[in-house]
Amino acid sequence: MLKVSKSKLNELFDAIAAKQTLYLPVDRNDGASEYKKYESGMTMSKALNTVRSAKDFFFPQTENLVDFKMEGKNIEVIDVRKESEDFVIFGVRACDARSFTILDKVFLSDPVDSFYKNRRDHGTVVTMACTRPAETCFCKTFGIDPTVPEGDCACFDDGENIFFLAHNDKGQKFVDSISSLLEEGDARKLADVQEQARAVMERLPLAKLSTENFGGDKLNEYFNSDKWAGLSESCLGCGTCTFVCPTCQCYDIKDFNTGKGIKRYRCWDSCMYSDFTKMAHGNPRLTQLERFRQRFMHKLVYFPANNNGEFGCVGCGRCLSKCPISMNIVKVMKALEDK
Amino acid sequence: MNNDTLIPYIGVVTDIRIDTPDVKTFRVEAPEGGKLFEHMPGQCAMLSIPGVGEAMFSITSSPTNKEFMEFSIKKCGCLTEWLHAMEVGQMITVRGPYGNAFPVETELKGKDLLFIAGGIGLAPLRSVINYVRDKRENYGDIQVIYGSRSKDDLVDYQEILNEWMTDDGVEVNLTIDNAQEGWDGHVGFVPNYVKELDPSINKTVLICGPPIMIKFTLAGLKELGFKETQVYTTMELRMKCGVGKCGRCNIGNKYVCKDGPVFRFDQLGELPDEY
Repeated sequence: MLKVSKSKLNELFDAIAAKQTLYLPVDRNDGASEYKKYESGMTMSKALNTVRSAKDFFFPQTENLVDFKMEGKNIEVIDVRKESEDFVIFGVRACDARSFTILDKVFLSDPVDSFYKNRRDHGTVVTMACTRPAETCFCKTFGIDPTVPEGDCACFDDGENIFFLAHNDKGQKFVDSISSLLEEGDARKLADVQEQARAVMERLPLAKLSTENFGGDKLNEYFNSDKWAGLSESCLGCGTCTFVCPTCQCYDIKDFNTGKGIKRYRCWDSCMYSDFTKMAHGNPRLTQLERFRQRFMHKLVYFPANNNGEFGCVGCGRCLSKCPISMNIVKVMKALEDK
Repeated sequence: MNNDTLIPYIGVVTDIRIDTPDVKTFRVEAPEGGKLFEHMPGQCAMLSIPGVGEAMFSITSSPTNKEFMEFSIKKCGCLTEWLHAMEVGQMITVRGPYGNAFPVETELKGKDLLFIAGGIGLAPLRSVINYVRDKRENYGDIQVIYGSRSKDDLVDYQEILNEWMTDDGVEVNLTIDNAQEGWDGHVGFVPNYVKELDPSINKTVLICGPPIMIKFTLAGLKELGFKETQVYTTMELRMKCGVGKCGRCNIGNKYVCKDGPVFRFDQLGELPDEY
C-alpha cells in the first residue's frame, strides 16, 4: 500500500496545493477545528472532527445564484455561474463523507442542481480513517465504518505513516498526482489500529443505538406520537442543529438590492424556524412541536421512504454537542421507540 | 453550463384584466412574443419581481392557448401587492412549469366532470375547464359549481357568462355568500349548494378553494355517495425552489411542488395532516 511518512506531511500538502486548492482541518486559537485553505506550513488538526460539517464545500451557507439588472420596466437576467476550480478536501471523516452521498440524492436528482454539481465535479474528497471515535459518535448506527471511510480516496494513519487507498478514478488521479512523494509501505500495523478503534466503538455510550424501529413505513406510528410535546417543549428554535448537521439541506432564496442591481442568494434555512412555512394566508406548522417533529420525521421516516431506506443522519454527533438545550436525534429515537 | 431551473426566464406582462377588487389576471408572454414554455392544466410557475420576492402561482390559462399564459393573482402579501401595481409592459421573471397536473389525458378522459371552486380557487381549475372545453370530444358532461363572497368577487365572470354558459354540455351553477342588488342567482355557501344540486355520483370531481370550503364540500360529497378516489384537489404551501429540494413544502414523503400540487383525496389521506 502506498504511504507517506507523517514527518513529510507538509511536503505532501505543498505538492497538492501546488496543483489545486487544498482545504485542511486546522485548529483555531480557541481549540476548535475548522477547514481552512492550506497555506504552506499549516498543521493538520488532530481533533476528531471539525465544528462545522464539510457540507459547505458543495452546499455553501450562502451563494449567489443569479443577478438582475432593473431599468424602468425592464429586467435583465445575468448568469453569474463560473466553472469551479479543482480542489481537494483532505482529512474528511467517514460521517461527513457519507453525508455527501446523501446530499447527492437531493441535489443530483432530476432536475440536477448545477451549482452543487459543479463543485462536486471539481472537488476531490480525501477521507481520514478514525482511530479514536468520541462518545458522541454513532455513525455505526447508520452502517458507516469509520475505520474504512468512503470518499474518492481514503487515508489511514498507523501512527507513523499515512496510507492511501483510492476508491474511484478521481481518487486514483489524486494518488497519481502525488505519487512521487509516496512509497510502498508495510500496512500490517494498520490492522491493529483498526482493531483498536473498533474495540473503542463497541464501548461507546451510543454503540447499541439502532435504526431497526425507524424507516419509511413508520409515518403513522410516529407522526401522532404523544412524545413530541415533551421532546419539543424546551426547543428554542435556534436552528443550530440544522446548521451543524452535515445532511440538513433546506434552503431559502432571497434577493438583495445592492443599489446597482439585485443579487439573488441561496442560503441555508431551517425547518426549525417559525417563518419557514409561513404564507400570506397562514402557517401549517404553527408551533415548535410541528417544526421539531418535521426535522426528525424527515431524517428518520420521510427521507428513507424516498431513498431506499437510507436515513438522513450519519451519526456525526455534532447536534449532541452543540444543542443549547441538549436535545438531539438520539434522545428522539430512544423516546419514540420507548412505547 | 447547462440551464438551471433556478435561473428564471424573462416574461412581459402584455395585458392586465381587473377581475375583482382584489384579483387581477395577468397575461404573460416571452419578450419575443409567444409562450415561455408549455404546461399541463394544474401546473404552476414561479413568478418574481427581483428584489421584491418570488412565489408560486398556478397557471390559469389552458395549454390549448398557444399565444400566451395567464395568471390570476389575489392581492394578499408583499409580492402580490407589487404585482397588482404593475402596468402593461412590465417585465417579470418566470420559471417553471412545476409540479404534476390534473390527469386530463389519463384518469379524467371520457369522464363526466364536476368542478367545484370557491373564490380565487377557480384560477387553477380554469386551466382544466378551458382545456376540456377545447377538447370536448374527449370528455363527458361538464358541470361547474362556483361561489364567492359577492357578485363582484367572482373571478372570470365575463368569461363564465359569455363562453362557458353558452357552451353545449356545460352546466354552470353560480352562488354568492349573501344576497345583493343586481343578483338573481343562487345565494348560499358552496358546500350547501353542492348538496342541493345533488350531482350524479358518477362524476369525477375537481375541487379548489379555501380550506374550510374544501373540508365541508368533501364531507357533503361523501354524504351524497362520492368516494375519495374520485375527488381531486390542488394544494398550496410555501415554496422556494419548485423542484423538491429546498424542503419547504414537504409533507410526509411528498413535496407539494414536485409530487403535487394535484392530489386525489385518498392520496392526501395517506399524508400527515399538516397543510
